[in-house]
Amino acid sequence: MTDTVKLKINHQEIECDQDLTILQAARSVGVNIPTICYHDHCTANALCRMCVVEVKGARTLVASCVAKVSEGMEVETHNERVTRSRKTILEMMLSTSDLSQSPELLEMASEYDADHDRFGDAERRSPALIDDNSMFVRDYEKCILCWRCVQVCAEDAQYAFAINFKGRGYHTQISTFYEKPLPESTCVFCGQCIGVCPTEALKPKRQWLLELGYESDQIMQMTRNERSKKTKKPQTSTAVK
Amino acid sequence: MNVIKNKPVTTTCPFCGVGCNLELHIKDNFIYKVTAPFDSVVNKGNLCVKGRFGYDFIYNKRRILSPLIRKTPQKPGARFQAFNLDEWREVSWDEALDYTAKRLVEIYQRDGSNAMAVYCCAKATNEDNYLLQKLFRALFRTNNVDHCTRLCHAGSVVALQKAIGSAAMSNTAAEIMETDVFIITGSNTTETHPIISIQMKAAIEKNGAKLIVVDPRRIEMVNYATLWLAEKPGSDVAVFSGMAHVILKENLYNKEFIDTRTENFQNFSKAMEKFTPEYVESITGVEKDKIIQAARLYANAKRGAIYWALGISQSTHGTDNAHSLINLALLTGHVGKRGTGLNPLRGQNNVQGASDAGAMPWHYPGYQEVDDEQSALIFEKAWNIEPGGLNRKKGLTTTEILSNAHPGGVRSLYIMGENPMMTEPNLNAAHKHMQELEFVVCQDLFINESGAYADVFLPATTFAEKDGTFTNTDRRVQRVRKAIEPLGNARPDWQIISDLAKRIEKLLGRPNSAYWDYSHPEEIMDEFGTVVPSYRGIKYARIEKTGLQTPVVDENHPGTPFLYAESFPIGKAKFFPLDFRPIDEGADKDFPLILNTGRVLEHWHGGTLTRNSWLDDLNSQALVEINPVDAETYNINHLDVVKVQSRRGEIVLRANVTQKTIAGVVFIPFHFAEAAANFLTNDALDPEALIPEFKACAVKIEKVAEDLLPTKQPYLPRGRY
Repeated sequence: MTDTVKLKINHQEIECDQDLTILQAARSVGVNIPTICYHDHCTANALCRMCVVEVKGARTLVASCVAKVSEGMEVETHNERVTRSRKTILEMMLSTSDLSQSPELLEMASEYDADHDRFGDAERRSPALIDDNSMFVRDYEKCILCWRCVQVCAEDAQYAFAINFKGRGYHTQISTFYEKPLPESTCVFCGQCIGVCPTEALKPKRQWLLELGYESDQIMQMTRNERSKKTKKPQTSTAVK
Repeated sequence: MNVIKNKPVTTTCPFCGVGCNLELHIKDNFIYKVTAPFDSVVNKGNLCVKGRFGYDFIYNKRRILSPLIRKTPQKPGARFQAFNLDEWREVSWDEALDYTAKRLVEIYQRDGSNAMAVYCCAKATNEDNYLLQKLFRALFRTNNVDHCTRLCHAGSVVALQKAIGSAAMSNTAAEIMETDVFIITGSNTTETHPIISIQMKAAIEKNGAKLIVVDPRRIEMVNYATLWLAEKPGSDVAVFSGMAHVILKENLYNKEFIDTRTENFQNFSKAMEKFTPEYVESITGVEKDKIIQAARLYANAKRGAIYWALGISQSTHGTDNAHSLINLALLTGHVGKRGTGLNPLRGQNNVQGASDAGAMPWHYPGYQEVDDEQSALIFEKAWNIEPGGLNRKKGLTTTEILSNAHPGGVRSLYIMGENPMMTEPNLNAAHKHMQELEFVVCQDLFINESGAYADVFLPATTFAEKDGTFTNTDRRVQRVRKAIEPLGNARPDWQIISDLAKRIEKLLGRPNSAYWDYSHPEEIMDEFGTVVPSYRGIKYARIEKTGLQTPVVDENHPGTPFLYAESFPIGKAKFFPLDFRPIDEGADKDFPLILNTGRVLEHWHGGTLTRNSWLDDLNSQALVEINPVDAETYNINHLDVVKVQSRRGEIVLRANVTQKTIAGVVFIPFHFAEAAANFLTNDALDPEALIPEFKACAVKIEKVAEDLLPTKQPYLPRGRY
């Protein structure tokens, strides 16, 4: 029998296992704290700060995906301070990244009433799409640096260690070492990274081509060179839906 | 940009034996993406390159989508390959099946059951395999039924059946996290069973488990190993008997387990006396200290597990190799508990299932022996056959079927989904045998090296176009679901077989039908369950979400994650005293190097699927791995074009100068038709399991001109290990 603790979440008294995070404890009583970088199958890193909650007595907001519960803790998951913080995070994300293929994030944005243009004059992060193999493309314009891909490439799944952060601060981006093409990195093309990407920044090649407007027949007729290297958009306008 | 959102179809991966759960994302009958469910007990959201990206063979333009008959009638002795569609005539299914039935029945009525033979398929479903062996056994009264298990784990199967009574993997891959000491031998796990390897890496890195790799190659798992025993090819019996010697000498064995669960210990321990670490070092090239350390590490483990693959079984003493591993597990009691066990990793999605389904010459479904009167009676009753009607004689194995292809021997061969012209040893001889056949049927997706010899080509559907079940390496029976409509005129294998069987039955004029009127594979599984006790509780409704692990003896049985907790199927497990025997063809003055063969991550066996996939872009040509020491001796630089020659054949390919292979040994993957390693390999057989020695034969190597290279693909550098 593990030790339990008593705490309050949104004024509701609960008793739970002392090893739980605040996020897990809240979920266990049906309180849903929004998350972005958190994934059930990845190590939590408290990067996106979307899951912050207010803990009575704490100076700053606390990331619930990593903070453990403790005896007597009083947690508020949706008060004004927390909500304002989440809204700002979403607004900053909207100002820098292309979230057009992240329906869950867009839904959060509307739930928190985020203003898409609050930081309208901010510089957008728009690196060129990387298309260096036949398996998948990397469109870091859509990347929100959640770090899940780096984690599953490392100890969370594959132990391939092919990708990591490059650059600093605002110019941080996920990259192979020395920006080598993926086939020349230690990548084994397991695609674990695609499986956890929340924004479709990582996309299988055939899905990407289909979305560009190619017909499945056209895709399957591509030569080895066409599909391995940079692929141009389809020539005929009728192909684009 | 139009974003596609559709509900994916869950199914089971058609590649290796791990049996990963897949979600196929589809738009307009086109699978554009594959993901894995994170709640899957098998792969927990993870996949490898083949599962994630390798499904596009379904849509490859070379896929055959209409039945074909050869334009030029083929004659025994002068049969030739036809890859070009101009040499084939597109026909209707009726014509193809009528023609096939007529030719098969003619041969059967003229030459009898010994003239008939079939290769079932470890890639096809349980239902497909059950039906095809039923067709040949019930209608043509032959046991010449086999599949590629003969070429992969036959040695392991025979040894496991003799020693403990069952050949399946004893434990579940999910228990890997509970193991504290692993032995991996003869398995390049990261490339052949990637999802099992990442679980092992996690057990090592996160739980502090220890790994012992016994392999002539410096495989990726060596990076995670505490000990690497770089043995000479084929010296496995000596290595593992040396470990047994140390365990006995240092009293590290499990006396209670030996007393209560095993027999023949005295004879075994006597036979182990000669395997001193010094003697073993002299045979294997492994330093004696490493043998001692490995023995102590494994014997002192709380939960020690042995994982092996074809490096153990593909040998002229493959059965002995497997016995040497079984002896170790029995000696230490590392079997019959969670996280331990004897775990032969199966190479194909359904090699376990095809074996369970009786696609073997000595066994009916469920390993019931063909020469056992009681077993025969069960199947005669089940298939409406007159008493005494089934053939009681053991049939020919895969390799024997081809070597018996001559007048008076095997005259017709039905091949479902296999590619013996890539996967048999000594391919030059295999091609000659194939040319001797009178009638060849191929049921496949592509005209591969074997299908090119056929008289009739029957286009089958892929895993994504049919329903059924696969049984994975840890005995888990999982659903395969029809996710898309069959392309062109392709048909599911079970339908092709049923339609053909009805025609054959009619031509033969049999009074009773063995029954072929199935409307769905589920009905075939129900019939399968009535004749195979370990599948009795497998019902489609029970495995909708999560597969069950056999034995599942009734409809309430929860399945069996690990075997032998209480007893072994034969009661007490048997120790086998062993002696060391060298490989059949050692290195000598003329052929000074040993050739080892195996697989690479991006490709799969004979290459019918993966070489017709975009996967080929990542690994498009065969490379021979050669140690820098040997490269210097033979004046070979990295990526030079070389000719590798054995007493049986020669191939030309590029050299990869690397420390991955030890000095004296070269390695060639066997997937590449243009430089097929099996032109070189030795067809000498293990006397019991009849498995060929793919893993070791003598070769020589020399640099040749660049323009002799058969492939025009440029070499693409890869950074992965």
